[in-house]
Amino acid sequence: MSTYYESKDLADFPDITEFAKEQGDDFFRYYNSATTAGKLTEREKTLIALAVATTQKCPYCIDVYTNKCLSMAITNDEMMEAVHTGAAMAAGVVLAHSLQMRKIIKKKEM
Amino acid sequence: MDSKDQLHILQSAPGCIPFHERVEHSLNKPLSADKIEILQINIGRRCNLTCRHCHVEAGPSRTEMMSRETLSVCLELARMPCISTVDITGGSPEMNHHLKWFIGEVGKLGKRLIVRSNLVILLEAEYSGFIDIFAENRVEIVTSLPDYHEDRTDRQRGAGVFTRIIQAMRLLNKKGYGQEGSGLVIDIVHNPAGAYLPGAQNSLGVEYKQNLLNIQEVLFNTLFCITNVPVGRYLEYLMKSGNFADYMADLCGAYNPLAAENVMCKKTISVGWDGTLYDCDFNQMLNLPVNHGAPADITDFDLQKLVDRKIVTGNHCYGCTAGAGSSCQGSTVN
Ligand code: SF4
Ligand code: SF4
Repeated sequence: MSTYYESKDLADFPDITEFAKEQGDDFFRYYNSATTAGKLTEREKTLIALAVATTQKCPYCIDVYTNKCLSMAITNDEMMEAVHTGAAMAAGVVLAHSLQMRKIIKKKEM
Repeated sequence: MDSKDQLHILQSAPGCIPFHERVEHSLNKPLSADKIEILQINIGRRCNLTCRHCHVEAGPSRTEMMSRETLSVCLELARMPCISTVDITGGSPEMNHHLKWFIGEVGKLGKRLIVRSNLVILLEAEYSGFIDIFAENRVEIVTSLPDYHEDRTDRQRGAGVFTRIIQAMRLLNKKGYGQEGSGLVIDIVHNPAGAYLPGAQNSLGVEYKQNLLNIQEVLFNTLFCITNVPVGRYLEYLMKSGNFADYMADLCGAYNPLAAENVMCKKTISVGWDGTLYDCDFNQMLNLPVNHGAPADITDFDLQKLVDRKIVTGNHCYGCTAGAGSSCQGSTVN
């Protein structure tokens, strides 16, 4: 294996049903219903998915959802705003966890 | 790029099963025509624009133009009862001096008559009269607006094109085009402004309608999503931008057997500017006339042989079978 991530491996995504077909099929049913239009539009869900893809740093999902955003005529500015929302959430999550650190500091320091 | 080079590049697309094998496998037979219902005529390759995605490689310096004689033969073909639609394309069809006469004659036949116009040309004094000609003959106008965002459209079609299309649409709306109950139809084509596939026609149609009405105050009837077929200037763009292999992988990966059953060549015959017959406008640009026993010159037109013909295919055909399918009337699978 030359690298851990290869773009051609994206084509393997449907094969994640391998070795556990029932659960894999359940996952795809869930995945499809969660990412297509419901109360939220497909456009809104695609931007959420892009934000999650970047915060979770998944190259496959970033590839898929950037292309999907382009296909849905979502602008570059809108995509970048969604990424900033994700980034801000991620930063907020980190900073909120500083509470644990601050609590320990306050407990341990004289 | 000449057609031989294009075919060579397409054949060597990495990892793509040759289209004829793929289609034969999924249909259990070679791709063949079913009927001839649409007569598509490419009346010339001259154009006032030089769009980056143009499979015709049209532009102001092109000289190929259909003659009045060839158009007269087309008119005879248009009279055949099996033809329900006459679809005129180019280049910019308005630049053929015989268009006005031809529209008038076909208009009398009471069939669906489509002109694929870039609209920008209708703002030029010499061609503005076509707005009335189109309306009088109830011509259905199909125009390409790759995106409802100005920057993306202009990147593909040239600076200032978006604004001029909107200006022309306002004139056409005033004439009744796109207005409910007028019977005057203007449809828009969305084709991606880059190396990616179009989104779902229904949801993009809603986005286009809202944006064009609320922001630009223009009306249109239907949105057609068309996949860019890797031919002509678009193929050149894919090569130069390093996107060719990925784009072909996307097209092949999205192969849809249902779309293969609905490809437009099954009910279309396409006539080139010099009277050569093709399965479609893409084959025209790749210099692949009808074959497999069907005569390829309009003067030898043989309806039965053409209805029975096998389609001449190549890897560019993956552009018609990806995802929801693609044709000159948009998606082919709901
Ligand atoms: S895409 Fe249409 S308008 Fe643009 S250059 Fe080609 S023929 Fe002309
Ligand atoms: S490119 Fe032309 S010949 Fe090939 S499938 Fe599409 S319409 Fe048919």
